[in-house]
Amino acid sequence: MTLDDTDRLILNTLQDGFPIVPNPYEEVAGQLGLTESNLIARLKAMKDARIITRFGPFFDAAAMGGAFCLCAMAVPQNQFDSVVASVNACPEVAHNYERTHHLNMWFVLATEAESEIAEVAARIEQETGYPVLLFPKLQEFFVRFRVAA
Amino acid sequence: MTLDPTDRRIVTATQSGLPLVPRPYAQIAAELGIGEDEVCTRMRALQSSGIIRRIAVAPNHYALGMTANGMSVWDVDDARVAELGQKIGDLDFVSHCYERPRALPHWPYNLFAMIHGTSREEVEALRAEVAAILGDACDGNDILYSTRILKKSGLRLRQQKG
Repeated sequence: MTLDDTDRLILNTLQDGFPIVPNPYEEVAGQLGLTESNLIARLKAMKDARIITRFGPFFDAAAMGGAFCLCAMAVPQNQFDSVVASVNACPEVAHNYERTHHLNMWFVLATEAESEIAEVAARIEQETGYPVLLFPKLQEFFVRFRVAA
Repeated sequence: MTLDPTDRRIVTATQSGLPLVPRPYAQIAAELGIGEDEVCTRMRALQSSGIIRRIAVAPNHYALGMTANGMSVWDVDDARVAELGQKIGDLDFVSHCYERPRALPHWPYNLFAMIHGTSREEVEALRAEVAAILGDACDGNDILYSTRILKKSGLRLRQQKG
């Protein structure tokens, strides 16, 4: 699918937040000069085309008493697929990327308690036989992602 | 704030996404057997306490043609990392910027900044802008391009027992 200017406007606008009111799509559509049904149809189309990977609340595990932690592993190429399978099988792994580096697997653990980070990492080390380096966030300097309008 | 069982059910019902229907909160309420008002009130409370960071779209950078996604990493003077991290986080091409611990001796980098572009050339030019801002407060840097998304699911709460 090709995005038109309206789709791009929707993507940028809906990164800043969505209202919690009975008819939220109607409210946002009004701000954008669209109809509610057009906004919903466009969001559905972008979700079906996987332009949008998710639309909904972003939860902060830390605020719920849990924790996030970025983790990295150096995995030999011939073991990569089986290590991916082990790592991804953990429900605590929220996302996982292959990257161009000796440390070639980077994933984020999201757990309901801080103490579970080390436990899950240890379990992955034991299952795969490779060390897991932990890079917890110390400070966040955050800006939203923008697509060219 | 701690989640009570109803909050937890709301989190569980919405963690894979908000329904694309005119009254999404009413649909969630119907699934949970509570009122739309209660869902809205509780979600607003979750938002003001920071448990819901925001309700928003997560775009797929690859599908948007942003095929070069680099995690740039920098070894920045600890005394200046707060001030410089803020400057880097304010750049409009940086989507996330964090201070993280070093893992010496193999990993000397303590500032992580995600840079997205349509090509690696574009990302390299943006990375040079970051290097110029950090100047002599930075001892070394690297960039790790993502070559595959292996998983992307977001937070998953366990099903509550009992």
